[in-house]
Amino acid sequence: MTVQIKTLDYEPKRHTFGHIARRFGDKPASRYQEATLDVQATANFHYKPLYEPEFWQYDQNKTAVKMADWYKPLDPRQYYYATYNIARANMNQAVERSFAFVEERGLLDKLAAAARANLQRGLLPLRHLHWGANMNMTEICQRGYGTAVTAPCIFSSGDHLGMAQIVSRIGLALDGQTGASLDAAKAVWMTDPAWQGVRKLIEDTFVERDWFQLYVAQTLAVNGVIFDLAYKLSDAAWADGATTVAMLTEFMSDWRAEESRWSDSVIKTVAAESPDNKALTSRWAKHWIDRAVEAAKPLSAALLGDNGAAAEAAGEATRARAATLGLTL
Amino acid sequence: MTAKKLGLKQRYAHMTRGLDWETTYQPMDKVFPYDTFEGIKIRDWSQWEDPFRLTMDAYWKFQAEKERKLYAVLDAFAQNNGQTNLSDGRYVNVVKLFLTGISPEEYQAHRGFAFAGRHLRGVGPRVAAQMQSLDELRHVQTQIHTISHYNKYFDGIGEFPHMHDRVWYLSVPKSFFDDARTAGPFEYMIAIGFAFEYLLTNLLFVPFMSGAAYNGDMSTVTFGFSAQSDESRHMTLGIEVIKFLLEQHPDNLPIVQKWVDKWFWRGHRMLGLVAMMMDYMLPKKVMSWKEAWDIYFTEAGGSLFQDLARYGLKVPKYADVATAEAEHISHQNWAVFYQYTHAAAFHTWMPDKEHLDWLSEKYPNTFDKYYRPRWEMWAQMEKDGKRFYNMALPQLCNTCQIPMAYTEPGDPTTIAFRESRFNGDTYHFCSDGCKDIFDGEPEKFAQSWLPVHQIFQGACGGPTVPDVLNWYRLNNGADNLDYVGSPDEKLWNQWMAGAVKAAG
Ligand SMILES: [Fe+2]
Ligand SMILES: [Fe+2]
Ligand SMILES: [Zn+2]
Repeated sequence: MTVQIKTLDYEPKRHTFGHIARRFGDKPASRYQEATLDVQATANFHYKPLYEPEFWQYDQNKTAVKMADWYKPLDPRQYYYATYNIARANMNQAVERSFAFVEERGLLDKLAAAARANLQRGLLPLRHLHWGANMNMTEICQRGYGTAVTAPCIFSSGDHLGMAQIVSRIGLALDGQTGASLDAAKAVWMTDPAWQGVRKLIEDTFVERDWFQLYVAQTLAVNGVIFDLAYKLSDAAWADGATTVAMLTEFMSDWRAEESRWSDSVIKTVAAESPDNKALTSRWAKHWIDRAVEAAKPLSAALLGDNGAAAEAAGEATRARAATLGLTL
Repeated sequence: MTAKKLGLKQRYAHMTRGLDWETTYQPMDKVFPYDTFEGIKIRDWSQWEDPFRLTMDAYWKFQAEKERKLYAVLDAFAQNNGQTNLSDGRYVNVVKLFLTGISPEEYQAHRGFAFAGRHLRGVGPRVAAQMQSLDELRHVQTQIHTISHYNKYFDGIGEFPHMHDRVWYLSVPKSFFDDARTAGPFEYMIAIGFAFEYLLTNLLFVPFMSGAAYNGDMSTVTFGFSAQSDESRHMTLGIEVIKFLLEQHPDNLPIVQKWVDKWFWRGHRMLGLVAMMMDYMLPKKVMSWKEAWDIYFTEAGGSLFQDLARYGLKVPKYADVATAEAEHISHQNWAVFYQYTHAAAFHTWMPDKEHLDWLSEKYPNTFDKYYRPRWEMWAQMEKDGKRFYNMALPQLCNTCQIPMAYTEPGDPTTIAFRESRFNGDTYHFCSDGCKDIFDGEPEKFAQSWLPVHQIFQGACGGPTVPDVLNWYRLNNGADNLDYVGSPDEKLWNQWMAGAVKAAG
């Protein structure tokens, strides 16, 4: 007996959800679209938050920028939970291979003392900066408006925690898995004058209440100036370890290239919405990029002996990037 | 001095809590502005025991693996038109209730755990809460993707976010989560982390997932299985939180007890919808709500509270009332939806003889005495062409937002009414539990967005039922009313007839 299922009528009555069809017409929608668009509640909330009664828990007034539709700033990567995790799991396979390669050949053990000292002072404290970035992205996720922007923020916060852990693994590889290098890196983070500008910068972002200003501060200024300085412009500081460091931080380079596609396009879309948005985001970008450059100068001076030139260069690159997003600084 | 190599626990500590620092350029109280007003006292955050040790690389790896498998099943289900293997077309109404009533709360949990994952001062719980925030985003997104296929064929699914913000019975779960989301971070962790994820989770997910398994819904079963390892992490976090708070300071006990009482009762009221689903909406029954309650609350909850007794914590107030109500709640809820079927986005029906007999057997103390006669009368009225609809808008309980249809403890023939006065107004409640919750936080609960009040105030599209349905985007004649005669039924019957013909 053969069941000829084909003879049955499986013509769909509709191709997607109503809110998606109202945006694009009733045609098959992508998984990104169905997982993202209009998922956050927007109306008829019951109670004002005990901790912040001036707003609803989802409230467009938690930032000064205004969007007619917060589902305009989409993610060009089209990440939803599954595609995000699969992408990161793949990136992480390369991390595992690199650590295995470096450890097998003892590449870190063979480093000259100067390179080791610079890694200890210049690279390992970044794990704290990643943790600060994680706090900020988590804050934007909880405080922001619209799943299109907020969902990728929790992905980003997972990324920063993951990167903080990769940096920690570099420390453990350097110190023979004792953790001594990580304790030392924390002391550097807390007291070394080279890092205090950066630490003050990130602590100041922790108290920023406007979530989109925080978004600009973190994804444009902190990522563009400080992380790019550390991961792109500091090779000279790692001396004979530069190639090894490049291998072990490949995740960070890939992540930065990938995430900035999203974070840049969000800023670009929000700025393009109105002259007011453009003015606000431009002002925020200028403020935080300037601050990041000042914060980074002592760091680049200490690591590269360049009097802060690399910090300036990272700042210039970030300003140029901001200009391509339609901001006027 | 030669340092020792790190053990696993110390290594994990370096990978998580070692990242955190005491801020000095900004005061800690400004960096963490929300974790003091609730009155919870934490002496030493470092005493937090990590409930699980998962670094991000391991997280990505496990979760990616699960997602690959899950989506392979979802793709196959769609390709093979798996919906035709359901026990009956009626089953899809369970899926409708799930997507409109529960998935949006997974989303709220995602944002709520992001809040806790940023604003709890202790770094250990912050990391765990962030992972749960990621997981809860997973749950809402995989549920949407799973049910997306059903939406292509069945009514009442396609407007789930719009309905969630508006439809009267969906304000029950929505207000529950809004309540948790607008509380401080510690109450949130007790409400969702402990009460919801630990104490009551089995009463929510086991009924839906085993209901799916019994009724041939392989896609829902698969996401249910796939979420199990997430849920076990969530449970360990929930239990760790409550123990930690109770261990940190004796002053925390009365605060935590009040929250446990409140969230137990709110949870019990919300789960009444699940009770109705189990007893009435599953074509193939798994077990009765009463049986589920006995296993998962009376037994499992009983030993949990025995364990927590050493901290001075007591069994939630009104647990005895809730247990007594387990004999009634599914029937009383189904009666409400049957009467208001014109205003609900899923279908209803009167149980057939076999189903009635099953209910009589499962509820020997109550069903034949209080409910079966009414069901038989309503079935007769249907036969006579006089199907019973209730066109009067019901009064809602100001706390749980369920129509006031529950009966007095110990007297199943009298509807329970309670009230409180606050700022010159009178507020109505379905039970002592709901009244106590209001009296504990009247400023908060006086704000409730009550769907029926809102209709009377003209905030819901107009004064008539069609106006309101329109405002709900509820497609009258398709999404609502009885299953018999619905487009869902017609399509299902076509498929079944076609399958028989093709097989023959
Ligand atoms: Fe969940
Ligand atoms: Fe959960
Ligand atoms: Zn109530």
